[in-house]
Amino acid sequence: MISVKNITKNFGGKNVLNGLNLEIPQGETLVVMGRSGCGKSVLLKIIAGLIIADSGEIWFDGTEISKLKTKKMNLLRQKIGMLFQSAALFDSMTVAENVAFMLDQHTDYSKQEMRKIVDEKLELVDLEGVQDLRPAELSGGMRKRVGLARALAFNPEVILYDEPTTGLDPVTCTEINQLIRDLHERLQVTSIVVTHDMHSAFSVATRMAMIHEGKQIAYGTPEEIINIDNPVLQQFVLFGAPDQILNMENPILREYLGR
Amino acid sequence: MNQQPATHEPSRGFRALIKIRLHNTLSEVGQAFTLFFQTLFQIFRPPFQFDLLVKQLLLVGFNSLAVVIVSGFFTGMVLGVQGYIQLKPYAVEGSVARFVCVSIVKELGPMITAFVLAGRIGASITAELSTMKVTEQIDALEVMGTNPVKYLVVPRFLACSIMLPTLTIFSTFAGIAGGFVAVVTLFDVNGYFFLVEVQKNLFVGSVLISLIKATSFGMAIAAVGCYKGFSISTAGGAEGVGTATTGSAVISLIAILILDFVLNHVLFNILGLI
Repeated sequence: MISVKNITKNFGGKNVLNGLNLEIPQGETLVVMGRSGCGKSVLLKIIAGLIIADSGEIWFDGTEISKLKTKKMNLLRQKIGMLFQSAALFDSMTVAENVAFMLDQHTDYSKQEMRKIVDEKLELVDLEGVQDLRPAELSGGMRKRVGLARALAFNPEVILYDEPTTGLDPVTCTEINQLIRDLHERLQVTSIVVTHDMHSAFSVATRMAMIHEGKQIAYGTPEEIINIDNPVLQQFVLFGAPDQILNMENPILREYLGR
Repeated sequence: MNQQPATHEPSRGFRALIKIRLHNTLSEVGQAFTLFFQTLFQIFRPPFQFDLLVKQLLLVGFNSLAVVIVSGFFTGMVLGVQGYIQLKPYAVEGSVARFVCVSIVKELGPMITAFVLAGRIGASITAELSTMKVTEQIDALEVMGTNPVKYLVVPRFLACSIMLPTLTIFSTFAGIAGGFVAVVTLFDVNGYFFLVEVQKNLFVGSVLISLIKATSFGMAIAAVGCYKGFSISTAGGAEGVGTATTGSAVISLIAILILDFVLNHVLFNILGLI
């Protein structure tokens, strides 16, 4: 569904993405892993059209989107929902106004119709009774849920998650992971999750990719990923993956673990 | 909307440093003008969101009305007192009304209003937009298919352009009233005579100059405020917001003074308005 082809991006002389290739099949949840500053969030913003790549192509459903004009890009963005690292809720609006923002901007729905959709989407992310609160009155986990409800408001085909569990306590992290899995099962959307939280990665992924020095160094299902003999990848997985994965009888991991 | 100020590594030598500073400054000016022209273009493109404009008109206009009137009134009082004291030795203290009227209408009315709004509204626009940038709210707008220039800049730009001349009318009246109160109560000047002198010296051309200046100042305040808000990098944090806000107020004040000089030259010397 989404193909990233030979993308390069340079910031102030530093090559953040250096010929990156990635495939995101329809209906899959791809987790993009990598160390901080390796270009994971930049990749997400390039796919969303927020940053323009220096070279390379992004294909979305057979359309090359990196050179689309603003009007066509905005139409395409209606198929994309994005959950930002900080949730990025509009703090001058209530929760309901945040969730209804895209509907208000791009449809002729009445206030009642919008309110109905807002209630539906908030129920989808297990939040009720918060419609009239301001973002400042919500906890970190609730803000992420509202951000997700806003991303879902226009029934997107693709959801981009930028570090969905960063800054949350372990219990809330688990709840958000569960929510991402539930949404994937219920809505059958294609998702790209950028994270360096291995618990979250192995919890939600149907496919995983690892970026290192601006390139993809590993790609596959979670089972395939832990069997790839790459020191950078294995070190990354070792330091963060859940115990139930690390305890698997995996000769490569056992070798790195020294068990 | 990735308008980052161009930056360069420090190079050796004073000339190289000057060259880099000049390049960065010109680059920023270029980006500010790009945003200005994008704003002008977006003003005439549908959809027209009048609710956002009304909200900004109230924020810029209604909330600034009291402070503008008070500033204008006391400026007029000071002008009246100083004018009378300076003119009396030459026995032309009767011209104090003309002095107050012309100064307030052509110069101080729009200038005082613009200074108040640059500090109050320009800085607030920058603080709001830069906070939105740092917290990725502007990115969120774009991802949701909404043009941030259309949604955020256009209403603020129009509100400042409309409300500054409107507020200038209030500050001008307040200024003349202040001059009247000061001169009539503190000195032996006839109130009726003062008002007749004001009427004699209040020309349509002068009011036009005042309104043209005020509109230009309003555009400048909004353009600088919005540009400084957008130009902060997402990684700028709270410190970046503070720096951008201070920078916005300072640049707005300088821009107002430069614009005032240019407009004086164009309106008086070239177009011959009085």
